[in-house]
Amino acid sequence: MKRRPNYLAGAAAVCWLLIIGTPLYAMLATAVRPKEQYVDSGPLALPTSLTFDNFRTVLAGDVPRYILNTTIVAAATVIVVLALSVPVGYAVVRGRGLWSTGVFRLFLLGLAIPSQAVIIPVFLLINQLGLYDTYWAVILPTAAFSLPVSVLVLVGGMRDINKELFESMAMDGAGPGRILFQLVIPLARGSISTVAVFTALGAWNGFLFPLILTQSASTKVITLGVYDFIGQYQVNPPEVFAAVLVSALPILAIYLLARKSLLRGLAGAGGK
Amino acid sequence: MAALASTDRLARTSSAHRTSSATGRPGATWALPGLLFFLLFAVVPMAAVAYLSFTDWDGLGTPRLNGGANWSRLVHDPAIVHATVVTFVLLIGNIVVQAPIAILLGVWSAGPERNRAALSTIFFVPLLLSTAATAVMWRQLLDPNFGVPATLPWLFGGDGNFVGTSNGAIVCLVAVTSWQFIPFHTLLFQASARAIPVTLYQAAEIDGAGRFRQFRSITLPQLRNTIITSSTLMVVGGLTAFDIVLVLTNGGPGTDTATLPFRMYQEGFSSYDMGYASAIAVVLLALSTGISLLLVRVTGYDKMQSTLEGL
Repeated sequence: MKRRPNYLAGAAAVCWLLIIGTPLYAMLATAVRPKEQYVDSGPLALPTSLTFDNFRTVLAGDVPRYILNTTIVAAATVIVVLALSVPVGYAVVRGRGLWSTGVFRLFLLGLAIPSQAVIIPVFLLINQLGLYDTYWAVILPTAAFSLPVSVLVLVGGMRDINKELFESMAMDGAGPGRILFQLVIPLARGSISTVAVFTALGAWNGFLFPLILTQSASTKVITLGVYDFIGQYQVNPPEVFAAVLVSALPILAIYLLARKSLLRGLAGAGGK
Repeated sequence: MAALASTDRLARTSSAHRTSSATGRPGATWALPGLLFFLLFAVVPMAAVAYLSFTDWDGLGTPRLNGGANWSRLVHDPAIVHATVVTFVLLIGNIVVQAPIAILLGVWSAGPERNRAALSTIFFVPLLLSTAATAVMWRQLLDPNFGVPATLPWLFGGDGNFVGTSNGAIVCLVAVTSWQFIPFHTLLFQASARAIPVTLYQAAEIDGAGRFRQFRSITLPQLRNTIITSSTLMVVGGLTAFDIVLVLTNGGPGTDTATLPFRMYQEGFSSYDMGYASAIAVVLLALSTGISLLLVRVTGYDKMQSTLEGL
């Protein structure tokens, strides 16, 4: 089909580019120049000299430690979520009976439970379990609140698997376990990796659970680490920006590695 | 066409009946671990927070029942009324700003043109930053002494302390939230717009429908399910916006931007009045589930239909 160029939309898109790009430019330009220069000319000026000192200071501090903590938390959260949500998705899609719709509906409603609203009992629960200020204190609730959307995505993906494949495997005498591992997991790879990526990103963004459920530097995640810079280095914006940029690098890595499953997942999220 | 679709559906139902006796179907136990885990960390706490809202508890000792004291305090607390208003102002502001921009950008970037793909890569860069990192970045940029207001005083007016004024702080919160989340919703709409069958547009072209007509009569209806998903996410996300408030304005100036979750956090974890904080949490929970249920009911999300039905 021949398409006429849409100049109006193009102009609007360029405006949006400026809105997105200007703060990013200011952050990048500030992070690579010395503090004095920033104070003199403000965040929008072109940097006249380049320095990586701000990044060096940030990397010599606690930030790498926080990033490691976050990586551990995110990886464990993904494992817990996959181990729990894949069987749920399979049971919902292939299960017979009222319970399978019931389970699906429960997770659907679970989407509406804001983690903020239950933080106080979760705090109590984590204390009772003796997990306060451990990685598990962040991993377990984060995983629980990632379950609804994960189940939703997995059910969407698994419903697309051809029914006849299930039937022929069952005809060959395969039980649910074999069907799950030999049919469902290989064919739902796409949605499974989507769930993994989204869970990892969610864990990476987590703020409230770590804020309430951990306190020491040895368990501190990067979102709290970046927040610390507000109080600590209020007068050194170049360093703050450098810390923000460093905190984004692991997410950048996830995006580059998993771009495909991310986009595929988003395509499914809206329902087809 | 309709008759064809209905016989097709009939065929599908009868084949489902035939296979229901086949073996190899998973039993309910497969769903059990996930279900129990979710119940323990999300559903049981919901009941617990309701119980705690009737207690006096400092977070350390044992919660003691104190009747409806927290609730009678809550309904007479002007700060709660204010927090509710602020929460809804932010919520509505966020939807009104984000939804139209995300739909237009998403549809635009779904086009096959090369330059669109290149530009939209940059659109998605904010997705790399966590909410906390975004808020920290903006707080520095909006700093009246060191940030953009010091460089461009004409844009921010007054002494440049835009984020320090009551209305300015609200505008900043909506703007920063939109800056961070529009890319995500754009991505949703881009993916969904790409899935619209080209044949629909070709048919419209033959019928002589213009660009706006095509957008209104094909694109928007085809995006229906995504619009529902996206606005549900915006509502729940907006009601529970916490980190951005804490980092960007810390509820200020004064308590002007203290949203319900922010109030709850302060009562619970700064004043250690967990009972009262639980009452606020119940309000938050009721609002969030209430609005979501309403959305599900109104939009029929739970029995979401394929937009390709009948094609």
